[in-house]
Amino acid sequence: MEKNKYKDLVTKHTPKENRLLNAFIAFGIGGMLGVIGELLRTFYAYILDIPKQDAGVFMTTTLIFIGCLLTCFGFFDKWVNFARCGLIIPITGFAHSMQSAALDYRREGFVTGLGSNMLKLAGSVIIYGIISAYIFGIVRFLIFGGNV
Amino acid sequence: MIYINAFLFSGLICLLGEIILDNTKLTPGHITTIFVITGSFLDIFNIYDYFVKIAGGGALVPITSFGHLLIHGALDKACDLGFMGLMMGMFDLTSTGIVAAIIFSFFLSFLFKPQN
Repeated sequence: MEKNKYKDLVTKHTPKENRLLNAFIAFGIGGMLGVIGELLRTFYAYILDIPKQDAGVFMTTTLIFIGCLLTCFGFFDKWVNFARCGLIIPITGFAHSMQSAALDYRREGFVTGLGSNMLKLAGSVIIYGIISAYIFGIVRFLIFGGNV
Repeated sequence: MIYINAFLFSGLICLLGEIILDNTKLTPGHITTIFVITGSFLDIFNIYDYFVKIAGGGALVPITSFGHLLIHGALDKACDLGFMGLMMGMFDLTSTGIVAAIIFSFFLSFLFKPQN
């Protein structure tokens, strides 16, 4: 009885989210970032006269730098609250998680704070990326024999 | 045309993530992990390479490309050296992203204070 009442109260006071609008915003902002990535890639390939495959690396680095810098200025958090997956899924989310952990834990010291906590949020991406890449790599290597 | 493809591909991946985030109890950490695993899974059948070809930077910006690049570098080395190459080449292509993120966030954390 008490539990049900509590549950009702919680559902009543949880702010209703407009899921359709959220999805639309994430689609728009994620798509915009994709276009910016392609523009930067073309720009670097043209300016530096390098193949497009290497220009992708420059593009990723630029986006990571922008993500870190905007997190430092403090308004990236608000943007992430607004666009949610539109900014978390692109590589900027990786930079944002790392930078915010670095800023938060710096006051606890360089080794025990900054050093051991910097990969707190981004660590799972790296760990599971490596594990899945190793397992799928073995599968692919046994079936197709490396890159064809 | 490649810009439209880039917009649609990158947007659709973010849309998928937003739908998962809104309708389940998974946190953003879970979702990025799921997408990295998906990216490396799609590379078994060369599907992600096709996406990169048609969508260009739009396929390289989402976090799925991180998994794709991990397995891509590993397989490149594995062609020459066999199973040991899987471990040696794992970071060949992604090292720039990880190193850049660590260095930028380390030095920028000196210059700025946390803002709440």
